[in-house]
Amino acid sequence: MSSIVIFSAITLIIIGVVAAVMLYYAAQKFKVYEDPRIDQVEALLPQANCGGCGYPGCRGFAEALVKADDISNMLCPPGGSDVMKAIAEILGQSVTQTAPMIAVVRCNGTPENRPTTSIYQGASNCTIAHSLYKGESDCAYGCLGLGDCIAACKFDAIFIDQATKLPLVIEDKCVACGACVKACPRGIIEMRKKGPKNRRIYISCVNCDKGAIAKKACNVACIACVKCAKVCPHEAITIQNNLAYIDDNKCKLCRKCVEECPTLAIVELNFPPRKKTPESETTLSEN
Amino acid sequence: MKQKFIVSPSPHEKGHDSVRSIMYGVIFSLIPAFAASIYFFGLDALTVTLTAIFSCLVVEFVIQKFLIKGPLTIFDGSAIITGLLLAFNLPASIPLWMVIAGSIVAIGIGKMSFGGLGNNPFNPALVGRVFMLISFPVAMTTWPANRLTLTDGYTGATPLSIAKEAIKNGEPMNEIINKVGTSLNHFIGNMEGCIGEVSALFILLGGLYMLYRGIITWHIPVSIFLTVFIFSGTMHLIAPDRYLSPEFHLLTGGLFLGAIYMATDMVTSPMSSVGMIIFGVGIGLLTVVIRIWGAYPEGVSFAILIMNAFVPLINRYIKPKRFGEEVNHG
Amino acid sequence: MLKTFKKGGVHPPENKLSAQSTLERLPLPEMVYIPISQHIGSAAEPVVQKGDTVKVGTLIAKQNGLFSANIHSSVSGTVQKIDEIIDSSGFRRKAIIIQVEGDQWEETIDQSNTIVRDIPSDPKEIVQKITSAGIVGLGGATFPTHIKLSIPDGKKAEILIINGVECEPYLTSDHRLMLEKGLEILIGTQILMKALNVHRASIGIENNKKDAIKHLIELSKDFPGINVVALKVKYPQGAEKQLIKAIINREVPSGKLPIDVGAVVQNVGTAFAVYEAVQKNKPLFERVVTITGKNLSKPSNLVVRIGTPIRKLIDFAGGLPDNTAKIINGGPMMGKAVCDIDVPVTKGTSGIVILSEKDAVRLPVQNCIRCAKCVSACPMGLEPYLLMTFGAKQMWSEAETNKVVDCIECGSCSFVCPANRPLLDYIRLGKLTVGKIIRTRKS
Repeated sequence: MSSIVIFSAITLIIIGVVAAVMLYYAAQKFKVYEDPRIDQVEALLPQANCGGCGYPGCRGFAEALVKADDISNMLCPPGGSDVMKAIAEILGQSVTQTAPMIAVVRCNGTPENRPTTSIYQGASNCTIAHSLYKGESDCAYGCLGLGDCIAACKFDAIFIDQATKLPLVIEDKCVACGACVKACPRGIIEMRKKGPKNRRIYISCVNCDKGAIAKKACNVACIACVKCAKVCPHEAITIQNNLAYIDDNKCKLCRKCVEECPTLAIVELNFPPRKKTPESETTLSEN
Repeated sequence: MKQKFIVSPSPHEKGHDSVRSIMYGVIFSLIPAFAASIYFFGLDALTVTLTAIFSCLVVEFVIQKFLIKGPLTIFDGSAIITGLLLAFNLPASIPLWMVIAGSIVAIGIGKMSFGGLGNNPFNPALVGRVFMLISFPVAMTTWPANRLTLTDGYTGATPLSIAKEAIKNGEPMNEIINKVGTSLNHFIGNMEGCIGEVSALFILLGGLYMLYRGIITWHIPVSIFLTVFIFSGTMHLIAPDRYLSPEFHLLTGGLFLGAIYMATDMVTSPMSSVGMIIFGVGIGLLTVVIRIWGAYPEGVSFAILIMNAFVPLINRYIKPKRFGEEVNHG
Repeated sequence: MLKTFKKGGVHPPENKLSAQSTLERLPLPEMVYIPISQHIGSAAEPVVQKGDTVKVGTLIAKQNGLFSANIHSSVSGTVQKIDEIIDSSGFRRKAIIIQVEGDQWEETIDQSNTIVRDIPSDPKEIVQKITSAGIVGLGGATFPTHIKLSIPDGKKAEILIINGVECEPYLTSDHRLMLEKGLEILIGTQILMKALNVHRASIGIENNKKDAIKHLIELSKDFPGINVVALKVKYPQGAEKQLIKAIINREVPSGKLPIDVGAVVQNVGTAFAVYEAVQKNKPLFERVVTITGKNLSKPSNLVVRIGTPIRKLIDFAGGLPDNTAKIINGGPMMGKAVCDIDVPVTKGTSGIVILSEKDAVRLPVQNCIRCAKCVSACPMGLEPYLLMTFGAKQMWSEAETNKVVDCIECGSCSFVCPANRPLLDYIRLGKLTVGKIIRTRKS
């Protein structure tokens, strides 16, 4: 070994040691004290940074949780009740049990149900198309199918079904973060209770035009005939602005409204097929 | 059945420019220089150029069809231009397998790895050329006989490399000038060099056509030429026995080809007029610095690639002047 | 050396197919559909109901607040109903539907053709007449004229600019109006000058209307203070800010209005409507509309009653050609494509352009090749390629910093892009979103 090599090695070792010492003292001097519970809480969170909690990322939510006096109103939708319970234990607080939610696309305007009346040739963006005109059909409230909701979803839980040209929510992947709800310019997607055994019933229409106009634009539109509200034994259905709406806090999944609806606008998901009448069929089935 | 009309946001009219018309306009403008190169260097120029074009097309096809599995864009003309300009930067005597290697690097690394047309920060032809210069230094610095110089005395080296060698050896300037030839020779193409770079005349013709078509603007070529002229002219005035004349620097080497075709590549040049001038000045300065003080006799390719790296910075800080900007005190 | 705006601009083919067609009156339709919102600002309030009889010129909807406009019946007949109809964007909006019976006008309207030269001397009286006549900007923006004529405190109008540019391809309604109603337009200009208390007015006309320029120069000799300025043919010369720059060489700063540089701009059609309102007591219920297209048998310039379905204009011009793919309400650079030919003509309808499939179709989008043609074309000095990226990636604060709200939506960028990128689509999205963000920040 020549002297140059030994000299170089020693010089580099000395530089390295000096740098390490400087870095150590800098780390100590500029250290920021953080409540160690923030790290503990953050470790329990799903690390998706989806923003569904309303805070900037999981770290932001962890900080807010530790600082908050009362966390009973705070929720991490992907984590759900289990994660909130575990966090509550660390922080010595209590949380209320919340029902799991899921995104629901309230439109059934397939090309068969809702005839195309114009050809859209703009940028493939729902907000742009909506600010331009009513869309490729005569329903000015219906789904445009250009995928703003797909682009917003960070969990790959929604995609455009090529047969129906409508968005389809994948039940197992949806964490109810609410990104697709915000992205849809027409408010078609809504957070609803996932329901026992994943069963839910909803009006798959948001058209507020008068019944005759809505029906002319789309076969399965809600025409606000009020039959569903009249037959519901739990007063769960209200009619407003020519549109029926099922309150999922009151709905007991009895399915009477689904049989009554003359336009098949009400959808029941994940129910077993009926034994009695063959005409009542589900209009939308999920994978 | 009610008729379905098309609905789209305004505007509902379209200009006549298309990517294809721009690319094929560039290719058309290169035809005079291409024809001249075949006259100067014979069939070798033809085979090298065709090999480069064909390899570039095949590499882009293979990458798009089998690696990316996306739509094919090989007919928009950009791969053909890359092949053509890569060939123009090579000596006509280069072995064809090296040309293929350079094409693979030019398209594969210089263009497709960044996301295809429009996404590459560096000029793909120059990426390929510099790769070949560094990997195959001997083949890239040996030039075949030019039909014109054969009558005058074939030397096998470009005027720039002759001059650099001679200045290093301390030869007096008037002898060097005899060796490298007159400016008229350089302008027409009576000198050694790469396929497309010898004749400033035909490159200039192509450049004027592109200006007329609106494919390039004057900013980059003029700022490069002016900078090279002023910088090398200043050095020449300071010490005429050590530094060559500015006409020499303008007309020899790949400066004309670089200024008119390589630096003006839309994808890798700045978006504002002021930005383009800064870009051109930088290229001019770097070219002369490398030629005079650097290890290589020719510096245009390196200068352009270095300035390509600055383009995002230029675009970020040099913005076009907005309407009503100066009056706004808010 | 013709005056022009220096920055940006494009040259779409002019296609002024109807430039020689003299003004004709479109026969009355059977029904009219008059929307209660045909202007910028609050919708008017209906003052009639089902079953009422109305005459031509009867007030049927009242101005709702200052930022609104009156709406008058364009026909005589019976109000059939007040209901929602499809407007040009396909959304349903409230309109007053009148069944046409005869053509009886309100007695106060002077229906004769005699030119009335003497104008009122009281500016307030002029503004009051303009307000009650429901005059809005007829260039297409439909800004209530009486608001433009009320100069805010601390600002002063130095010059009135009359916009006779008509830079949109195909449209010729302003051209024919200047040729056939030139004297009325000049009197209307004089009236507006009186209302604004200015002594200078310039009428800007693009140089492709040489006959109109010559005609108005001749007429303006009798009108001190009014001169005619021929302008270089370049789109968008007719845009307010670009017109002001060309005529008085002043640039309206970002976020400010023309009055901040001492200018007030009005369209020639508005000047004509002002003449009719102030001198003839005629409220705004009809306007000139160009119906044109390469495959139409009779491109025409028609005087149309507000509320007439555009189907009637198309039938008058020879019927809808078989190869029609797109129908545009307005000009081809800034107009709106409609999906229904029963939408009515409103105060803002300057023309109907019929495009065939060949001209209408949008080509596939390619990667941006960074050619910077959009930057050279933008008359506001913006960078459309950058603003499109911000809009597509929802980078709203960067869009705001890069002044996306300055965009005048002229369409020059999308027109010129060789890669067929939908630049203006995303820039509009940016304008909308950033506008909302700025408004919520202020409140």
